[in-house]
Amino acid sequence: MNTQKLTTVQNYALVLLRVLIGWHFLYEGIIKAYNPSWTSKGYLLSASILKPFFTWIASDSLVSVVDTLNIVGLIAVGASLLIGMKVRWGCIAGILLLLLYYLAHPPFPGLPQGPAEGSYWVVNKNLIEMVALWVIYQFPLISVFGIENLFLKKKTTTI
Amino acid sequence: MANDNNFFQKWNRRDMLKTLGGIPLFGAVWYSGASLTGSAKREKQFLLETLNIKASPPPVSGPMSGKPVRLGIIGYGIRGEQLCRALGFASTAWLKEMHESSVKNPKDTRLAEFKAQENLNIKLAAICDVFDTRAEKALESFNKGDNKIKRFRTHTELINSGEVDAIVIAAPDHWHAPMAIEALNAGVHVYVEKPMTHNVSETYILRETVLKNPTTIFAVGHQHRQTQSFLTAQDIINKKILGHVSLVETNTNRNDDNGAWQYEIADTANPKTIDWDLFLGNAPKEDFNLEHFFRWRKWWAYGSGLSGDLMTHDYDRINCILRMGIPSSVTASGGIYTHRDGRNVPDVMQVNMEYPDFSTGGSQDAGKEKGMTFIYSATLGNQFDRGTVLMGHDGSMELGNRITVYADPRSTKYADLLKEQRIEAGVPIYQYDPSVNGTDAVTSATAKYFANKGLLWTYRDGKRVDSTFLHLREWLSCIRNGGTPSCSIKEGFEEAISAHMGGLSYKLGRRIDWDPIAQRIITKPGEDLDAILLANK
Ligand SMILES: NC(=O)c1ccc[n+]([C@@H]2O[C@H](COP(=O)([O-])OP(=O)(O)OC[C@H]3O[C@@H](n4cnc5c(N)ncnc54)[C@H](O)[C@@H]3O)[C@@H](O)[C@H]2O)c1
Repeated sequence: MNTQKLTTVQNYALVLLRVLIGWHFLYEGIIKAYNPSWTSKGYLLSASILKPFFTWIASDSLVSVVDTLNIVGLIAVGASLLIGMKVRWGCIAGILLLLLYYLAHPPFPGLPQGPAEGSYWVVNKNLIEMVALWVIYQFPLISVFGIENLFLKKKTTTI
Repeated sequence: MANDNNFFQKWNRRDMLKTLGGIPLFGAVWYSGASLTGSAKREKQFLLETLNIKASPPPVSGPMSGKPVRLGIIGYGIRGEQLCRALGFASTAWLKEMHESSVKNPKDTRLAEFKAQENLNIKLAAICDVFDTRAEKALESFNKGDNKIKRFRTHTELINSGEVDAIVIAAPDHWHAPMAIEALNAGVHVYVEKPMTHNVSETYILRETVLKNPTTIFAVGHQHRQTQSFLTAQDIINKKILGHVSLVETNTNRNDDNGAWQYEIADTANPKTIDWDLFLGNAPKEDFNLEHFFRWRKWWAYGSGLSGDLMTHDYDRINCILRMGIPSSVTASGGIYTHRDGRNVPDVMQVNMEYPDFSTGGSQDAGKEKGMTFIYSATLGNQFDRGTVLMGHDGSMELGNRITVYADPRSTKYADLLKEQRIEAGVPIYQYDPSVNGTDAVTSATAKYFANKGLLWTYRDGKRVDSTFLHLREWLSCIRNGGTPSCSIKEGFEEAISAHMGGLSYKLGRRIDWDPIAQRIITKPGEDLDAILLANK
């Protein structure tokens, strides 16, 4: 995959995109991890479509598991993209998380929009971040910036 | 190993950055997230400790053990049915309707809540209602199991039958005092609906009668006294969190037929099924009139207008927190602007009550702050929710089942904290929600209006409870275990006089003054206050 020839600037641009998305995921996870009263319950219960599913995962028996998985997921995805490790796995996990957020409150016409800082029709920031992760999946560029370099380098030097 | 050394030697600064550069970024994001949440938590803790508000529910009333109390209900209309339900007696029709509704919608828990209600250990022994259909409905519904209920033609027969220990009065307003006085004199305990009285002179007679019969328990039906949040609100006032309160704003905003007292007229109603003269009682003679019978709240002869019917709820809600009592003067204005359907009580009304000597205590120089105005502002032609607000020099409190407190940007008390930006104007410094996670199903706009005022339900331990149930239970506990109800004759007297001053000011178009020494409304020569208040003009 990486054999396609990208210019240096293109490399940097894609890496910057990866780092910023990682930053965003990590920060979201940390804020929630350090706030013991945070829970996704309200967000899930106010879901506008797929109500039975979201109500089910918001039930008392499941919601704490869901909250923990979400926090661990956010931090893991953030760390992966930021540090440059297992980036493809990070992208897949990130896309799944974003898909859930998107489906809980999709900006479809006719559905309640809830509090949002902008105006959206079908496309919102969750969807865009999701697609951006898909791009990163194609270009993980860990050799340009990433701790996995350690192993790549090692391989090349030992050859 | 040798290889590894080799490998690191080959590394330059650029390689290091490319490989490990993510780690300091990772650390920085983690650290800033953690320290930000940490300091936000500490600030919140600091604020809570500074304010030191004690959130506590009203005390639980005593045990319901012993011999069953034998109750009589007078007036089995809209409110009478609700009161009986709160006492544990639901009509057959209601049970059927709720059952059907809960089958259709499993989220409708009204029937389950009714069934889970504590047994108050009473017998519903007697009913009196001048409308056959309603009396029969009660007979049919409550002659079941070990409960035997008997119908009495008049309240006098019911009270003197020797078959009841206590009565609940849910007849129209003009009947409240006459029935209560008769019962108290017969040694029968009384729970009377609001407003306590319909005119000025009977307010004094009722007070005398209650004071003369100290062992007969008297309660006025202001059920929001049981609202979970009100002791918390009292604590907020006592701790001077709002500073000197100079203005209290309360209001009514309703915009539907039900909210404007356009109640349904039953098709079984006619001169044969209704004892018209008994309905009229001391009201001016009038030919049989279904509109008057079912929609009596629209006429001063039987109802009390916005000031007596709805302001009394708001007045008492504030009086139970501030204990400000009867105002030194009242001015009122308004008119019939949305429902010009023949009614003579206003549907838009503003009442201003002055308390020049009242203070909740201030934060500024002694003597600078004193005096308060209580405003009641109502329209039955719009339902924009304005909320109830207590406004102090240091802060404002929004009051409902929930409580929200804001610091005032120009507060003296919080000046330093505001300057240090530890608190922000516009962001609540305190919020109290007894329902925590409870989601409430409210069925209509008017019901929502009542619910927000704690008139339909309140909370205990985060669970929804019918406030009327708690209020009746408190009265029954006083009957059984002694004590005085939270809304008894002192509170009722203040409620009634303040409301009548509002009605009088509206009718006379001038300020009405109170003489606190003589305990009298000041009159001009030749003025007959009762005639003015009740006149159908
Ligand atoms: N606390 C509250 O939240 C609350 C709520 C609603 C009503 N209320 C009060 O309850 C009272 C009743 O209101 P309502 O809406 O039920 O009115 P309503 O007209 O529906 O019911 C009144 C009932 O009293 C009966 N009645 C009339 N005169 C009688 C008499 N002389 N003897 C026996 N029965 C008689 C009528 O036939 C009717 O069934 C009013 O004073 C009202 O202010 C209080």
